[in-house]
Amino acid sequence: MSVDILEADNLSKRFVVEGRSTQALDGVSFSIREGCVTGLIGPDGAGKTTLMRLASGLLVPDGGSLRALGLDATCDALKVQAALGYMPQRFGLYEDLTVQENLDLYADLQGVPREDRRERYNELTRMTALSGFSNRLAGHLSGGMKQKLGLACTLVRAPRLLLLDEPTVGVDPVSRRELWAIIARLVKDEGMSVLLSTAYLDEAERCDEVVLMHEGKVLMQGNPVDLSAPMSGRTWAVKGGRLRDLQARLSGKSGVVDAQVQGDHVRLVMEKADMSLDHLGVESMEAVKPRFEDGYVDLLRAGAQSTSHEGMSFHAVAENGGGPVIHVENLKRSFGDFWAVDGISFEVRRGEIFGLLGANGAGKSTTFRMLCGLLPASSGSLKVAGLDLRHAASVARSRIGYMSQKFSLYGSLSVMQNLVFFASAYGLSKKARRERLDWALLEFELEKHADQLSGSLPLGYKQRLAMACSLMHQPDILFLDEPTSGVDPLARREFWQRINALARSGVTVLITTHFMEEAEYCDRVAIMAAGRILTLAEPGVIKSRARTAENPEPSMEDAFIHLVEDAEKMREVA
Amino acid sequence: MLTRMIALIYKEFLALLKDPKSRLVLIAPPMIQLLVFGYAATFDLKDVQYALYNEDKGIASRELVAAFDGAPAFRRAATLQSEEQIAPLVDSRGVLMVIHIGPRFSSDLLSNKGAPLQVIVDGRDSNTAMIVLNYVSTIVERFNTQWIKDHGLENAPAKLDVRAWFNPNLESRWFFIPGIIGMLTLVTTMLVTALTVAREREQGTFDQLLVTPFRPGEILLGKALPGFIIGLIQASVILLIATKWFDVPLLGSLPAFYAGLSLFLVSGVGSGMLISSLAVTQQQGLLGAFLFMVPAVILSGFATPIANMPHVVQMVTLIDPLRYFLVILRKVFLEGAGFDVLMDQFWPMAVIGAATLALASWLFRHRMY
Amino acid sequence: MKEITRGGSLMRLRGLVKKEFLQIARDPSSIAIAFLMPLFLLVLFGFGVSLDADHLPVALVAEQPTLDSDDFFSSIEGSHYFVPRRFLNMASAEEAMREGRVNAIVHLRADFAKQLSSREGADIQIIVNGVDANTARLTQGYLQGVWVKWLDRRAKAAGRDMVMPVKLEERVWYNADVKSRNFLVPGLVAIIMTLIGTLLTALVMAREWERGTLEALLVTPVSMTEVLLGKIIAYFALGTGGMLLSVGLAVWLFGVPLVGSFWILLICASLFLFAALGMGLAISTMARNQFVAGQIAIVGTFLPAFLLSGFIFDIDSMPSIVQFITHLIVARYFVSIVQTLFMAGNVWSVLLPNAFALIVMAVFFMSITWRKSKKRLE
Repeated sequence: MSVDILEADNLSKRFVVEGRSTQALDGVSFSIREGCVTGLIGPDGAGKTTLMRLASGLLVPDGGSLRALGLDATCDALKVQAALGYMPQRFGLYEDLTVQENLDLYADLQGVPREDRRERYNELTRMTALSGFSNRLAGHLSGGMKQKLGLACTLVRAPRLLLLDEPTVGVDPVSRRELWAIIARLVKDEGMSVLLSTAYLDEAERCDEVVLMHEGKVLMQGNPVDLSAPMSGRTWAVKGGRLRDLQARLSGKSGVVDAQVQGDHVRLVMEKADMSLDHLGVESMEAVKPRFEDGYVDLLRAGAQSTSHEGMSFHAVAENGGGPVIHVENLKRSFGDFWAVDGISFEVRRGEIFGLLGANGAGKSTTFRMLCGLLPASSGSLKVAGLDLRHAASVARSRIGYMSQKFSLYGSLSVMQNLVFFASAYGLSKKARRERLDWALLEFELEKHADQLSGSLPLGYKQRLAMACSLMHQPDILFLDEPTSGVDPLARREFWQRINALARSGVTVLITTHFMEEAEYCDRVAIMAAGRILTLAEPGVIKSRARTAENPEPSMEDAFIHLVEDAEKMREVA
Repeated sequence: MLTRMIALIYKEFLALLKDPKSRLVLIAPPMIQLLVFGYAATFDLKDVQYALYNEDKGIASRELVAAFDGAPAFRRAATLQSEEQIAPLVDSRGVLMVIHIGPRFSSDLLSNKGAPLQVIVDGRDSNTAMIVLNYVSTIVERFNTQWIKDHGLENAPAKLDVRAWFNPNLESRWFFIPGIIGMLTLVTTMLVTALTVAREREQGTFDQLLVTPFRPGEILLGKALPGFIIGLIQASVILLIATKWFDVPLLGSLPAFYAGLSLFLVSGVGSGMLISSLAVTQQQGLLGAFLFMVPAVILSGFATPIANMPHVVQMVTLIDPLRYFLVILRKVFLEGAGFDVLMDQFWPMAVIGAATLALASWLFRHRMY
Repeated sequence: MKEITRGGSLMRLRGLVKKEFLQIARDPSSIAIAFLMPLFLLVLFGFGVSLDADHLPVALVAEQPTLDSDDFFSSIEGSHYFVPRRFLNMASAEEAMREGRVNAIVHLRADFAKQLSSREGADIQIIVNGVDANTARLTQGYLQGVWVKWLDRRAKAAGRDMVMPVKLEERVWYNADVKSRNFLVPGLVAIIMTLIGTLLTALVMAREWERGTLEALLVTPVSMTEVLLGKIIAYFALGTGGMLLSVGLAVWLFGVPLVGSFWILLICASLFLFAALGMGLAISTMARNQFVAGQIAIVGTFLPAFLLSGFIFDIDSMPSIVQFITHLIVARYFVSIVQTLFMAGNVWSVLLPNAFALIVMAVFFMSITWRKSKKRLE
């Protein structure tokens, strides 16, 4: 019954930017079946977006052919575009138009007859839970709602093939779950075929089939289980001592592919099944079921030399008493009559990794900006290293490092120029600057790219550079605002290894994230909703609280959704 | 502190000049514009096309016509044979002026009766029309004086003896080119400053900058200085072109010029930074720059004298920094003015600069969300 | 899967035009450019900014005040062109001139009265400040007028006729009062429409590229021509609105006569708008980047339209190479059309060539835009 709805044959595409030529796609062949969800997985620069754009006729391939819905995507671009739906990574909603006006526009463009519209709109807004917002400007929606509206616009006229380019980047777990529910319904009820790219590997597991890409080539295609199955017997849960130290000790040891803190244990992936673990010297270990992610890491790490960042040299932070490094009490901030942050209190200890979680619009970023002194608080008190940064002398700001979610770098400056600028901005002396530059280039493996414009770096390198810039002056406290948004799993791993090393040398880290698995790497997390803190505890405690009869082993994501939905209900009652 | 500032300024320069497109826009157009506008902006007439309808055959009319043909301002484009030909020619802008000499011109002149000379001018551009009439009356005046002398007639009891100071040949180019220096300098400072904060806001680097130990004042200075320096260099190059290529005399003191230029740049950069700190997006920055620049040029007295404006409008021009700078430019270039005469122009620009910069720096901190 | 019937191109276009209008309506800065700026500029020019010198400050110095010198000075004082001030000596008058308090000095020497009755005649020395050559020339011309009238009056008083060999009879057609407002205001309509047409559209395509909205549009069955057409229609309407506002203000508020036909004006304005919009879209399409498009628009629209269109400066007096360059300025043709239509009427010999030039420019820019906007991302 299944026929091929998208067929690539020896597809290749090359881009030339500033004299640098990159082979985005290199002899890609695959086909995807009708009526199922296919996941396009791969690190940054694997060629996922290029493939999507080729399929929708927005690019012309250099070689090979691509047939979508039985039509050549290049020659019959208009016909293909009429039949498929494509939601780009950053769906271009007109932010100065309302939800309804955006829908109207796309209904007009897709030629949906006027008499069919009411019904279709009702269906879409019900599905995306946007019914109450039709007169709100799209620019005033939260990130998750924007994505859902983008999807609704793509779906005004039900396409046969739906292409989604990283639809869940920057979307909180609740909205993410809703998006997936919508996709599942479309496939089941409307018989739609979906091709989506994603950086979340747990999402890959939900696909019927995955295509794994790397550096413009297809590494593997098949059922997600095909990737995790060979891993059986190689995955372990290890316990003992401080987990962060344990993980640091394990990763980099021979035979170890991957070691990750996972709640109350370290998850270990070995090179081979039934390898002896004796040389690792661990107290207790237990075999666990392999996941898709294990297979992915194994596949991509094979060949690539895994480097450990645990030895990341960093100054020891001076002890300054035992008091909390960050102290927030009854902090409030309003925009007009809307309270973005509505009375929150918490403390962060020295050397702690403190996670701030919450749906889009929960008030995380506002809290962050207040802590960094970028935004004045409406009321309440906040102290960072004993000072309110908004009023403190500018030198006090050199004790903190800040990395924003957009990896804010000067795109027209080279990697080196960015580093030099930030080093000088913090007043490093010539000698110290030289040392830190060498350190940054070496530690973040940026030597090769030192003269490249930072704007043309791949996303993973941008993130590294942004982090290097925020560490040039060896801050005691590090603020990281969604530092891994859109970054692929391998780069995320490296990132967290670095964060762990920093925390072990005494740096205090405050971080926001949408990846719930990352919340498990934190010492403590605070979950926010509607400007308040719902709960503040260790990840394990939060998970155990969400334990129910039908879900005895809840993930962090389950716990999060459980908490947020409860809070919603409470508010509705009140 | 100093290292920090140097790094910041260096970064701003890199951000401005590293992009070849943006470098081109900053450097090439001002030079080209000065050359083109320098020739275009003039009220001096050259080769104005006129038509002659001469019904008189006498020698006197021929002498008068020779006077017109000899003037560099006029060029005869048509010689008409009948009155009906006049209207279509003027209507279609074939000629700007028609000189009509009646059939009795020579005989009237010889019999001392006073001969009328009809001049028809296209008034669509009233300013040009006025200038044409001025030229014509000068030619006729000269003709009359010569006629009186040659025919031994009685002189008029009084005659005018006109001299022009500072610009003896009344070349309007001398008036406009210093003005263009001011105008182009304003445009460049706007290009450099008006979009810079909005661009960093859109890219998210502005937050990054604010969490470093830089004080808002320092960031402002770092952003303002490149505009100032580029403006300074550009104005100097344009000054060189103006004096060497267009031969506009520079009589006054260079220190006074540079003092005025510096103050003007401070006020211009201040206005640019103010627009920049108000704008959330680059588009707003650009339109803001326009909404400032267009009135600033029009009200500066560049083409239309401020003295001719109504009182209320004259009050509005008081907050236009270009107004003061144009006075300085013209006085320094043509009148040889020094510091003493220019104090009245210096302090308002200093006030505008200080006010806009202070406001921009306040907005830096208070308009961050 | 059920196949739904599709609406056609007309429906898509309608949707796009509606979208553009909503965006315009929600953006305060484009409203400011489209309506506040014309209002502001027209009011400025209409009420104030003009080239007509009036109330020129002049210094009057008579070294030996006599009845004759008084007589001459009072005729200057009677003219509305001047605001005269009497000074006691040349030194103080020259100082006033240096400080910019007066524009000219009228100087009568001590022997003025005596020389008047001599055969040579007396000299009236006039010193003008030549910095502003235009004002200087106007001052000189007005003083000459006063002088001629004064001579005539003196001759009549003495019972003689003052005979000048050649008497000028000046006739200024189309603008008998020689009011600069009458030509500046129509010209301004052209400048304003350049701003609306080019500046606003210079950013719109670049903005769609930058914000990623174009990518989402392009994967729908819409064609690039429809996207461009949607923008042209919306901004054409906005531009026509700005034009009607300007023409209305010019005619009703400032009393500039519209001699020619309103409908011809409307048609020519439409042609001009197409050319201006085409230029804006071409800039936008080629730059694909708001920053660069903005810089090009600043450098390429306002100043050239202001200085090279014949709005203020006479094109025929420019060197031929500069005259050649003015042919590339769209506003030039429209300034010529507007000035003719407002003051001279429907002169086809002016209207047709200029309208033709506008059509050529419009086609040129539109085809550049059309060729450069492929429905591809590369």
